[in-house]
Amino acid sequence: MSRGTVKQPEEVPSAFAFDLESEAEIVRVLACYPEGRQASGVLPLLYIAQTQMRRQTGSGWLPRVALDAIAGRLGVAPIRVYEVATFYSMFNTEPVGKYHLQICTTTPCWLRGSDAVVAACRRVTGIEGWHETSPDGLFTMTEVECLGACVNAPVLQINDNYYEDLDGARTEALLRDLQSGGTLPPAGTTVERLNSAPEGGMTTLLDVTG
Amino acid sequence: MAMVKLTIDGEEVEVAAGSTVLQACEQVGREIPRFCYHERLSIAGNCRMCLVELERAPKPIASCAYPVADGMVVRTDSEMVRQARRGVMEFLLINHPLDCPICDQGGECDLQDQSFAYGMDHSRYAEEKRAVKDKYLGPLVKTVMTRCIQCTRCVRFATEIAGVPELGATARGENLEITTYVEKALTSELSGNLIDICPVGALTSKPYAFVSRPWELSKIDSVDVLDALGTPIRIDARGSDVLRVLPRSDDTLNEEWLSDKSRFAIDGLKRRRLDRPWVRRNGKLEPASWSEAFSAIAQRVPGARIGAVAGDLCDAESILALKDLLGNLDSDRVECRQKGESLDLSRREFYLFNSGVAGIDEADALLLIGCHPRHEAPVLNARIRRRWVESGLPVGTIGVVPSDLTYPATELGQSAAALLGLHGSGSVFGQVLRAAQRPMIVVGQGALLRDDGAAILASAWALADKVGALKPDWNGFNVLHTAASRVGALDLGFVSSGGIHSMLDDGVDFLWLLGADELDFAGIGRRTFVVYQGHHGDRGAARGDVILPGAAYTEKAGTYVNTEGRVQQGFGAVVPPGEAREDWRILRAFSEFVGRRLPYDDIDSLRRRLFEVNPVFARQGLSRFGITDRRGPEGDGRAIHDSALTPAIHDYYRTDAISRASATMAECSRIYAQPMPAAAE
Repeated sequence: MSRGTVKQPEEVPSAFAFDLESEAEIVRVLACYPEGRQASGVLPLLYIAQTQMRRQTGSGWLPRVALDAIAGRLGVAPIRVYEVATFYSMFNTEPVGKYHLQICTTTPCWLRGSDAVVAACRRVTGIEGWHETSPDGLFTMTEVECLGACVNAPVLQINDNYYEDLDGARTEALLRDLQSGGTLPPAGTTVERLNSAPEGGMTTLLDVTG
Repeated sequence: MAMVKLTIDGEEVEVAAGSTVLQACEQVGREIPRFCYHERLSIAGNCRMCLVELERAPKPIASCAYPVADGMVVRTDSEMVRQARRGVMEFLLINHPLDCPICDQGGECDLQDQSFAYGMDHSRYAEEKRAVKDKYLGPLVKTVMTRCIQCTRCVRFATEIAGVPELGATARGENLEITTYVEKALTSELSGNLIDICPVGALTSKPYAFVSRPWELSKIDSVDVLDALGTPIRIDARGSDVLRVLPRSDDTLNEEWLSDKSRFAIDGLKRRRLDRPWVRRNGKLEPASWSEAFSAIAQRVPGARIGAVAGDLCDAESILALKDLLGNLDSDRVECRQKGESLDLSRREFYLFNSGVAGIDEADALLLIGCHPRHEAPVLNARIRRRWVESGLPVGTIGVVPSDLTYPATELGQSAAALLGLHGSGSVFGQVLRAAQRPMIVVGQGALLRDDGAAILASAWALADKVGALKPDWNGFNVLHTAASRVGALDLGFVSSGGIHSMLDDGVDFLWLLGADELDFAGIGRRTFVVYQGHHGDRGAARGDVILPGAAYTEKAGTYVNTEGRVQQGFGAVVPPGEAREDWRILRAFSEFVGRRLPYDDIDSLRRRLFEVNPVFARQGLSRFGITDRRGPEGDGRAIHDSALTPAIHDYYRTDAISRASATMAECSRIYAQPMPAAAE
């Protein structure tokens, strides 16, 4: 697997401690589990740690020290946390760019034009392969399997947001804006429709009132 | 126990409810192929090789994970079953390399064997195979991870049996890998067992890599001597070389595990060996012939005050021959407690692991006194751990605990005086022991090496009596030895009053060391004439004035009594190197040389003499017993000093002449026995 940028040693933190925001979240999450079953909270804790990393460093990923901190908090062997963290593609075990572009190329998205989305991403970011980060550290491109939003295909996930009903032009505009310092727009469809309702308004059940 | 009736291949069988279909099939002698299933590990059910047909089930079932139910009709050899297993095998082989000719598992590989029955003669897979980077697991276990079929036996072994949850399966699907995630050696004294449980060639022995094929080896049953557990082993030898040591199974002792030192120290059998006699002339050791060596010794015999010390690895036969030889030379100054351990020999119960290793399975409270079983007997430690996993066995320790025991333990104090606290009613752990039906108290060598050892032993016995550990059907008082020869030597009365210190202080001027390398050599008088009879040029040989080359445990038939008092016989697998000879023969030959002939000419007559001296030797194996005479060993508990109890073993990998000569053990010691930095997180 080729990598666009080599991970710089200074990017790998040598220590990790939950900040106040994370600590508050951990207390809330762990309270959901029965006494003695806190180890089951490994998934939310991984998410909390990854979010904290993005908040603090701009790169939402899980260094080993963070996994160890979670293992320590839950009282499980570190390897048990490594197993979970590496199992799910939603957790990044290597640094990613500020914007993690996860592009769905599974059949429905592909049929609806994910190739154009991929091409637009490549054009803007200059990234050629997968799992690579652009030289400016802004973008990482990852190919993902079905994101479960086929009804609004094609879909591009940027960090925690889904951008739907994309085409090449709208993808490019979205990324150019981010590249020039813009912030993430609200998530959801990029065309004129409500959620997954038909474009331009309702087409059936027009006689139903109330 | 509730029973369940089912039909397997037309044969009706009754098995205990809660069994699996696979167990039921085995009960009627059907062999079910399997990779992930291992009877001593938890059930994973991920290899799918054990598929059988179950009537009215829509598809084949994984028999290892399927509980039996009344009225089941199972077929293990139908066309459907064969077809299903062939399919599974084809999938397993998709990513498995065809490198059997260069694989160390070849010839004893489950995958190889089972593909004979269920494999295809050619592959239909034309795509690229996956390749997995090899992992570093330390100096003992070699990995070729591309061969891994992901049965996860190793993950379960490390987590469940060894108690070191350091292995795991990361990523998933095509990318799944067995790894430690961080590059680090497994911190277990049982890691060699991973090699045995791996059904393919993914985990193999690093020191044994590319050394031999299994069919070239002669396999001889023996007994391990590198700790006092007496693990039954199989020695695999080719010509004059011992190439491997593998465990044999004994459910009442080692189950099927073997400790790393016992498995891997064997390269020490080829190094620093004494393969000819040596005689010290003008302060320098020079090679000599047997008759020169014997006459050098014989010259010193008349008028000498002779003493003898037996080492930790000796067989009972040679110890008895040495005792008889000294008797013929009119001396009774013999000693096997090299470091001056306090032991009361008036009754066997005072120096045995009376509950038996299998007794741990019944124990419901355990107190360790000056004992670190993880280093002193790793296999026994795994048994304690299993009991903790099954029942939450409460464990208390008195003394310094140098490393994690692999199960939680209450530290009752580092000082030996903490033992006195348990006698009172105020102690919480004392209450735990009292409430237990089958409490166990284990006294380690760390406690007995001190000058208040007798007091600790007596106090431990008194505590055992007080908490109800001494009953007609249960004896919960245990001594854990570290020397394989010790109990046998004690059974033969190879001791003198006052122990080793008084023997040396008393001014023996002629000392016969039979493989004794652990005693305090500074305590031997400068003018004392020392005969060292043994197999390694270790500490004892360095002090010897005459060196007689003996045989190591792999080179002689011998009887050993383990810490439980279990009598076991091993056979010699190879011949001793050079001019070295079996030890009892050397003693017999010398006795004739000095005209005090020992009355046995072969091992059978020596063994008859053994049985005559102590009838326990005539009964192989172990019968467990309770205790009715509760009078304790001599010693006054009030004499215990308030000082820290330190463990008897400082470096697990280097405890005796063989392991000190082993390059593999030196490497392990370098990696594992470094002073641990304070815990990082």
